[in-house]
Amino acid sequence: MYSEKVMDHFTNPRNVGEIENADGVGTVGNAKCGDIMRIYLDIDEDTKVIKDCKFKTFGCGAAVATSSMATELVMGKTIYEAMEVTNKAVMEALDGLPPVKVHCSLLAEEAIHAALWDYAQSHNIEIPGLKEPKADIHDGEEEQE
Amino acid sequence: MENRPFIYLDNAATTSVRPEVLTAMEPFFKESYANPASIYQFAQNTHKMLDESRETIANCLGAKPQEIYFTGGGSEGDNWAIKGVAYALKDKGKHIITSKIEHHAVLHTCEFLEQQGFDVTYLDVDEDGLVTPEQLEAAIRPDTILVTIMAANNEIGTIEPIRELGAVAHKHGVLFHTDAVQAFAHIPISVEEDNIDLLSASGHKFHGPKGVGFLYIREGVKLPPLIHGGAQERSKRGGTHNMPGIVGMATAAKLACEQMEKNAEQEKELRDYLIQRLEQEIPYVKVNGHRTKRLPNNVNVCFRFIEGESLLIMLDQKGICGSSGSACTSGSLDPSHVLLAIGLPHEIAHGSLRMTLSEQNTREEIDYTVDSLKTIVETLRSMSPLYEDFVKNN
Repeated sequence: MYSEKVMDHFTNPRNVGEIENADGVGTVGNAKCGDIMRIYLDIDEDTKVIKDCKFKTFGCGAAVATSSMATELVMGKTIYEAMEVTNKAVMEALDGLPPVKVHCSLLAEEAIHAALWDYAQSHNIEIPGLKEPKADIHDGEEEQE
Repeated sequence: MENRPFIYLDNAATTSVRPEVLTAMEPFFKESYANPASIYQFAQNTHKMLDESRETIANCLGAKPQEIYFTGGGSEGDNWAIKGVAYALKDKGKHIITSKIEHHAVLHTCEFLEQQGFDVTYLDVDEDGLVTPEQLEAAIRPDTILVTIMAANNEIGTIEPIRELGAVAHKHGVLFHTDAVQAFAHIPISVEEDNIDLLSASGHKFHGPKGVGFLYIREGVKLPPLIHGGAQERSKRGGTHNMPGIVGMATAAKLACEQMEKNAEQEKELRDYLIQRLEQEIPYVKVNGHRTKRLPNNVNVCFRFIEGESLLIMLDQKGICGSSGSACTSGSLDPSHVLLAIGLPHEIAHGSLRMTLSEQNTREEIDYTVDSLKTIVETLRSMSPLYEDFVKNN
């Protein structure tokens, strides 16, 4: 049911772990629904380039794979460029996801945004297009499914 | 998989067909393909085998052959029993009692009947998944027409006190149905001693073929057909007999019932060994279901801080087949209704793993499974933000 790329990123996830004293940390999802993602960002003060990015995820195979891919995609980008890493971009990079797992890619996008938001707040920066992260990714999702 | 053959620990989902069963089925695909409803001599053997199969199944339950009706499987039996009683007795009453941990074949049938104006009471279960006779006694009303409680639960393996529950139903003149899909041919069941009026079972749960099952209907219980059609099954269930399936199921039932004690002993030993190793060697493990009132082949555990689907994929990569009650495997956002009914919080229920054994499993397979699980659980926990928070706060 999963593409080879999803399986690859699930079984050999890139950038798993924590960053001590990270410049930005974002946690989204909830344990009740079965997935939580946490993203850590290490950001260059002057260039605003994401020097390092790590994640921890509680969730299904797709949740782990989308987190892993999202960290790869934002690495080396500036915090402004990182906004281009949408759920669609993550999905495309993984050669697609089964329909029931699309929400995992949304969660990955939200986790990146939450970490960027954390950085932006503490550094008094505005990142165009970045909104305050939703408290619960699953809000209003049930009706769609 | 490191050149290992795969290890099958999902016998509650389905079982392999025993070689003896396949041998018994073969003639009914080949030389004995006649329709047992035909009158020529060519159909004599199929007709004879249909009768013999019915008798074999009846013997396993202490029932009369004419009380066994062949069906297309367990779900059909559940649908027929519940909708049939509801239809037959709707003028007497519209109240049905069941439990919160039934299989969906029972629960969704009850929900359908609620839409048709029936009233259904879903009994709670305790933390082990047990329904008590006292609870049932308190729930029975003058308009109750049916009590349907499973003989054993498919997820957590808990064996319900059906004898006592049946007695309570009968005391009030209410029919008692039991979904015995997981229990039949695994633990002793007697329709007389266990106060059963209706019992559904499925062939593929005890090394028989898929797509065949039966419903026991006590003599005197009037049940309209669910499948209308020809005069098969004493005009109660239309459709040409699935002869290979029926003969296969009967052969499997006969072997399973003859070897029940020996198989159960063997499975229990492996089950308890597996549970013991998991509890001793992996931290933050919870065993779900009753410790002793439990199917001989069922192990169900929750590993805290991890999610079931990830666990299953990693087990699969080690060549081990199991199942989980996590939301991702249930196809909704909620984890298994059974795990929630026994009081598990959502986040713990998401980390469930069910392993159901057969007498064909070996101790070596169990050792390999535990060793694999230790690594997998550790890997997934090292990736889990829940575990990270837990460690930081403790």
